[in-house]
Amino acid sequence: MILASLIMNTQGKPRLTKFYEHLSVERQQEVLRAVYSVLSSRADNLCSFVESDDIFGPDTKLVYKHFATLYFVFVIDNAESELGILDLIQVFVETLDRCFKNVCELDIVHNFNKVHTILDEIVMGGQVVETSSAEVMKAVQDIWKLERVGDLNPANVKGIGHYRNSRS
Amino acid sequence: MGTRLRDMIRSIRACKTAAEERSVVAKECAVLRNAFKDNDQDYRHRNVAKLMFIHMLGYPTHFGQMECIKLIAAGSFPEKRIGYLGLMLLLDERQEVLMLVTNSLKNDLSHTNQFIVGLALCALGNICTAEMARDLAPEVEKLLHSNNSYIRKKAALCSVRIVRKVPDLVEYLTIPASGLLTDKHHGVLVSGVKLCTELCQANELALEHFRKHVSTMVRVLKNLVVSGYAPEYDINGITDPFLQIRLLRLLRLLGKNDADVSDIMSDILAQVATNTEGNKNAGNAILYECVQTIMAIEAIGGLRVLAINILGRFLANRDNNIRYVALNTLVKVVSVDTQAVQRHRATIVECVKDSDVSIRRRALELVCALVNETNVKVLTKELVEYLKVSVPEFKGDLTAKISGLVQKFAPNKQWYIDQMILLMVEAGQYVTSDVTRSLVVVISNANDLQSYTVRTLYRVFQAWDGQESLGQVTVWCLGEYGEMLVNSSNALEDEEPLTVTESDVVDVVESVLKDSRVTSTTVAFALTALLKLSSRFPVCADRIKALIFEYKGSVVLELQQRAIEFGSILTKHNDIKGALLERMPVLDEATYSAKHEMGVDGHHSTAAVASEPHANGHVKQPNGIGKQPVANSNLVDLLNFMDDQPSNPSLSSGDTLLDLLGDGPIGGGNSTVSSAKPSVGGADMLLDLLSLDGPSPPSTTPAVTPLAGLLDADPLSKIPLGNLSLDGGTPKGPPAVVDPFADLMSAPAPSSTPAPAPGFPSIVAMQTSGLKISFDFTKSPESPKTTIIKASYSNLSSNPFTDFVFQAAVPKFIQLQLEPATSASVLANSSNSVTQVIRVTNNAHGQKALVMKLRVSYKVNGQNMLEQGQVNNFPAGL
Repeated sequence: MILASLIMNTQGKPRLTKFYEHLSVERQQEVLRAVYSVLSSRADNLCSFVESDDIFGPDTKLVYKHFATLYFVFVIDNAESELGILDLIQVFVETLDRCFKNVCELDIVHNFNKVHTILDEIVMGGQVVETSSAEVMKAVQDIWKLERVGDLNPANVKGIGHYRNSRS
Repeated sequence: MGTRLRDMIRSIRACKTAAEERSVVAKECAVLRNAFKDNDQDYRHRNVAKLMFIHMLGYPTHFGQMECIKLIAAGSFPEKRIGYLGLMLLLDERQEVLMLVTNSLKNDLSHTNQFIVGLALCALGNICTAEMARDLAPEVEKLLHSNNSYIRKKAALCSVRIVRKVPDLVEYLTIPASGLLTDKHHGVLVSGVKLCTELCQANELALEHFRKHVSTMVRVLKNLVVSGYAPEYDINGITDPFLQIRLLRLLRLLGKNDADVSDIMSDILAQVATNTEGNKNAGNAILYECVQTIMAIEAIGGLRVLAINILGRFLANRDNNIRYVALNTLVKVVSVDTQAVQRHRATIVECVKDSDVSIRRRALELVCALVNETNVKVLTKELVEYLKVSVPEFKGDLTAKISGLVQKFAPNKQWYIDQMILLMVEAGQYVTSDVTRSLVVVISNANDLQSYTVRTLYRVFQAWDGQESLGQVTVWCLGEYGEMLVNSSNALEDEEPLTVTESDVVDVVESVLKDSRVTSTTVAFALTALLKLSSRFPVCADRIKALIFEYKGSVVLELQQRAIEFGSILTKHNDIKGALLERMPVLDEATYSAKHEMGVDGHHSTAAVASEPHANGHVKQPNGIGKQPVANSNLVDLLNFMDDQPSNPSLSSGDTLLDLLGDGPIGGGNSTVSSAKPSVGGADMLLDLLSLDGPSPPSTTPAVTPLAGLLDADPLSKIPLGNLSLDGGTPKGPPAVVDPFADLMSAPAPSSTPAPAPGFPSIVAMQTSGLKISFDFTKSPESPKTTIIKASYSNLSSNPFTDFVFQAAVPKFIQLQLEPATSASVLANSSNSVTQVIRVTNNAHGQKALVMKLRVSYKVNGQNMLEQGQVNNFPAGL
């Protein structure tokens, strides 16, 4: 499973942290520091995987990509494919790019709770739930509409996300 | 009402120092607390959003937990969204507040808006507890059948969490999960396949169930590979690589150990392996997964060849990520098909030299798996060559692996010794004490190579650069075999002749002694070496004495102690010096490796102290027994060496005693720790040793005393000080007890004792002024290894002994079982009034004689007494 999804900048400031297994706040900060010190010491031409046994326990790895001023890091155990997660990071970044029109660090800083919502559409409880950037976009745009309307009265939201279950 | 979220973020970002940031956050938190206290509803979700940002920066935010729950219960979408996000970020499953949210979750799971249901499922999938899982499983199960794919996919992953929390629910979810395998929506398939995988891992029955659905999965995979063009899920021309990966993983699980199921999937696996384009990451991700599946299932040979070839291609890839996964997979494959992996050996060895630590680590692991007797020389040469140029951070790993390989696969001892010396020269500071210890054991066992070794060491030492391990091994060997260097005896054929004088040898030891880079442990080695050389090189005796004396004032306790003790041996004990400083007996490789395997933790169990071991508190125990693993291991060593004695009759007891000094790397943990602890053990030993011709120190002496005595001044003149026990008020003084080492010296060799069969004579195991313990033996003919000992206790004094506890310790090859004594008090002036049965199994029966250490504690007139001794006079044949 995915143990954590992290975005941090090249100075080590966390921009998004999501842990799928409980860690105390102090431990989270320790982990962030450890991850940053590992990543910042790696040159760009090296591979995207780092074994992180001493940070997250045995058989865990950091899979990361470096975009401009940001590191996108997924921490995984051996039930996930390293190469698959690399593609997932790509999907995540593409989606952010579409949502924010040329995403930059500042977008993520100021809209961190939106980024959380986007991430939740892709990874849920440490498992990949959706891998199509288009599907994620569709959901996220509907969520923004709902957010603006605020109301949940079916009459007001004109069918955004409203559904009728045939079985229930 | 506070600032906007954006403004708060801006002001935090504007902070130039951490202190500034803390004060901004503290102010903000104060405002938030007040808002929460005032139950501010309008800005609640904005406040919680702020709190999430503060949480990310690592500040405590527990005071906002209740607010999340209030938001979730609120009616509007923005509130619910932030409420659920906060719930997942700020709370965890261990907080009882979660109980309050179950009802809201239940309502939201049956909401008519898919996004509300989605939020609830997502939260549940992230943080649900076992209790919530049980409560809400029916709702989630219902949603697995929803006609909305957005909800189905989230319900599937939510079920994964539910099954992890409550494995009983596997059965309940198995049927709905198999329904998801025929879903049309990719997201649902990805989640559904994951759920099936989870169920298979949780339960054997579920695994069997899903084996029946293999053909369904094969069909889905086939659609993806052959026909299914789904533009939304296309990555670099590959259709939904994630789904393919998930499917391949599930197939791996199902095909493992099941030939029929493996057979069904082998066609599609071959198709995936041949048809997938490997020029982009997505394609390689699938190939990588496919290879792993082929290697894990009961695949036919042709398929395996295909898989190995793919890995070969990966290995030659320029992309580091691909090379990494190739190495990662080859490590797993090597046990299945070593030959196939051997073909890529050259490439793999190149990867050890990669600039990327991730790749180096994997490659090194793989190389180690590939080494065997035939290629060890080539590969070791490669690795050692690389060691010279590798980055410092990697040298530790590399050195450890090389020494492991050399140890395991060395074709002969000379090669082994050569390689180890080379390793110590190249990366001496990374060679651990374990490794040097086993090297010394090998040298000690290789009679014909000792002179060669000492010459080689002497040669390489000329270029010594402070490597700790090389220094230690060199001085140890010089101490033991220094005279071989001077005689130049036993030269091997292709060796250059070497002329060395006695003073050259002492020069080397002195250079180690005086080097500022080495630790005190190494200096201690050097001092011991000098002591040994003093008897071999009489011409240098005065110089050696002067060198040793320089350390009499050392601030390092261990060194000071050694210098003083060694000084006494040199000046006052010329009569025993010769025997004392003889060469060490050949170290027993088997004993060493057995002990080595047990590791440090094993020390406690090695001394099988019967009945309430250490229960009397560690500090009070004399002679350091059981005080610390260090001291404990000395006891074990003692017993071990005693076992050796009968089998090495040529050894003089002086040798044995010398070993007890704990010198060199062989004496147990002593040499590796340079704190004061080992010196306590050493001091005791030495005190006992030195007291051979003086009054034997009573073993009731509290442990601290000998050390204190030694610290005072010359130990020899102070020996009687040992009698000053801390509880010095004892009027009678502690009774003289059998000195274990005196016993050792005087113990008749077991073979010389007449062995009257079938009955064995009784012995007196311990006798003090007040206490006598005698042993009677019985043995049943059907189990010759086992001896039943009846211990009888006699009280020769006029005061009763109460709280009488008898303990015994035996070496590892003996098992000991102690039955309760007939009474815990021994009446005054009684003879054999209390008995106790000891059952002893000698696993080395016929080879080694019984030995036992005894410890007896009791009370006389309310005063604690402690006696101990060693029983060496067991009749032969036990």
